[in-house]
Amino acid sequence: MFLGIRELAFARGRFGLMGLVVALISLLMVLLSGLSTGLVNDGVSGLIRLPVTSFAFEEGTELDSAFSRSTVTAEQAAAWGRQRGVADAGLFGNALVNAEASGAEGAATPVDLALFGIEAGSWLAPTAVDGSGLGQDPDGIVVSSTVADLGIGIGDVVTIDRLGTRLTVVGITADQRTFGHVDIAYVPLRTWQEIHAGVAPGEQARPGIYEEATAVAVLARDGATVDLAAGDAAAGTTSRTLEESYGASPGYTAETTTLDLIEGFLYVISALLIGAFFTVWTINRRHELAVLRAMGATAGHLVRDTIGQAAVVLVGATAVGVAVGVGAGALLSGSAMPFALEAGPVTAASLLLVLLGLLGAAAAALRIARIDPLIALGGAR
Amino acid sequence: MTTTTARTRTGLLLEDVDLVLGDGDFSVTALDAVSMTVAPGELVAVVGPSGAGKSSLLAVAGGLTRPDHGRVVVDDLDVVAATAAGRARYRRERVGFVFQSGNLIPALTAVDQLRYALRIAGRRGEPGRDPREMLEQVGMAHRARSRPHQLSGGERQRVGIARALVTGPSVLLVDEPTSALDRTRSHEIVELLARETHEQGVATVMVTHDHDVLGHCDRVLQMVDGKLSAAR
Repeated sequence: MFLGIRELAFARGRFGLMGLVVALISLLMVLLSGLSTGLVNDGVSGLIRLPVTSFAFEEGTELDSAFSRSTVTAEQAAAWGRQRGVADAGLFGNALVNAEASGAEGAATPVDLALFGIEAGSWLAPTAVDGSGLGQDPDGIVVSSTVADLGIGIGDVVTIDRLGTRLTVVGITADQRTFGHVDIAYVPLRTWQEIHAGVAPGEQARPGIYEEATAVAVLARDGATVDLAAGDAAAGTTSRTLEESYGASPGYTAETTTLDLIEGFLYVISALLIGAFFTVWTINRRHELAVLRAMGATAGHLVRDTIGQAAVVLVGATAVGVAVGVGAGALLSGSAMPFALEAGPVTAASLLLVLLGLLGAAAAALRIARIDPLIALGGAR
Repeated sequence: MTTTTARTRTGLLLEDVDLVLGDGDFSVTALDAVSMTVAPGELVAVVGPSGAGKSSLLAVAGGLTRPDHGRVVVDDLDVVAATAAGRARYRRERVGFVFQSGNLIPALTAVDQLRYALRIAGRRGEPGRDPREMLEQVGMAHRARSRPHQLSGGERQRVGIARALVTGPSVLLVDEPTSALDRTRSHEIVELLARETHEQGVATVMVTHDHDVLGHCDRVLQMVDGKLSAAR
């Protein structure tokens, strides 16, 4: 690196420009990573945080509409509960509703909610930090912390549109719980069944509704694998693992594929850019490298020197880009944009960026091995 | 390292060297049965028209090109028989090149040019291999921290000579050192080459067009169409 470091200082304008581009790319990477995590959170954080390993939907339900179309019965839930390796199985309700929240001040706020119907006190029930969990009160609900951000607090009343069902906020979760970009409200299963069936308060419900929900939530025993096909055959359902069920969240698949595609392109662009830069840089130094080869420097030594240069530029510029990105991310996190930074994905993305950049530089530096030291001699052919 | 310090210098020997460039109808005989010896401490000039094979002579003597026939021996080392890696090692350890207009590395200061040459040769920190002392010898100590673009043509050539000699080579191969210099500077540079050749006991071959400077050389050879002969 004797020469490499001195060249970095000598050609600092060129390397600075290159570094700026790499920094901007890594900044974009961080923002995309944040957006990606944010969208995943917005889309499926409610599902991720359920203590569930798989869902059993109505037999034959397509994945993209599973949570809105499927209906399963308590009997099917019981059948799942008897399967080998299953720790718990229970009815799980999922419905999107429009509602209005009104606090003590009386001002009404319209809110969209994803109602998760869950047996109060069961293994599926959320743990709330603020207030209490789902209790025996059939009208008490636990809402996502993001609902609280709208200014809705414990004791506030949420009225479901059209039906007029009045629910009272009794607890708020510690973290974000959303499904398909809609905030979640955990509702006692019986109340959920009434709302889902369109039963207004005071109306007589059709007796069958209390036997039904969207899906059977299944939790495997620790270390055990549940034979989903066998369970489906016994219960007459179609199972999806928890991860597969993310695809049933509205827009989830489209959003994540779009972002993954953009990120993929960024990696390719970055590697090609570095490769192109070091190709031109190597060609520029052809004569000088030939002189060094004539002086007896090995190609390996010169290639290592150039890759070392690339490593300095890449690591330095990526670090700057990530730092700026994390700074900008802190500002964005409080905004309406679905943005969340996690150390894991950001680190992985930065490493990949550096690694691919080095590959590009290495491909360019291999030209050095083909430089003929004879061109160092003036009259040479 | 033991081999380099214990090395006995016997100078440069070329024996019956043939080199054909290109192939088929386009082949050119660059060197035709060339034989020469250069003793340690001797400065031999090779003159001749362009395309006579002067550069090929340097390339073969410096282990850059392998001749089709003949022997090249430096300090009892058979350069022709060596592998590509062996020839690179030969260049690192026993050859000093002085190129046209210096051919210095643009990013390096004068003293760093010498330091880097020592690194390449694997002689960093060896006693008697002091870059600053070497610059002093060629009268460039005051420009030690200057980069090539800040130096004049003559100064660049002085640094180039210091870079070639700092590693303590057995053979110094000099390619048209005065092509970019005026008369006064040309004389100064060749005088310097002659003095260093004698002082360092290095076998020097200088290829040149410049008949004006031949008076400083111990011997002058002429090359025409790949054939080497004593000058008239």
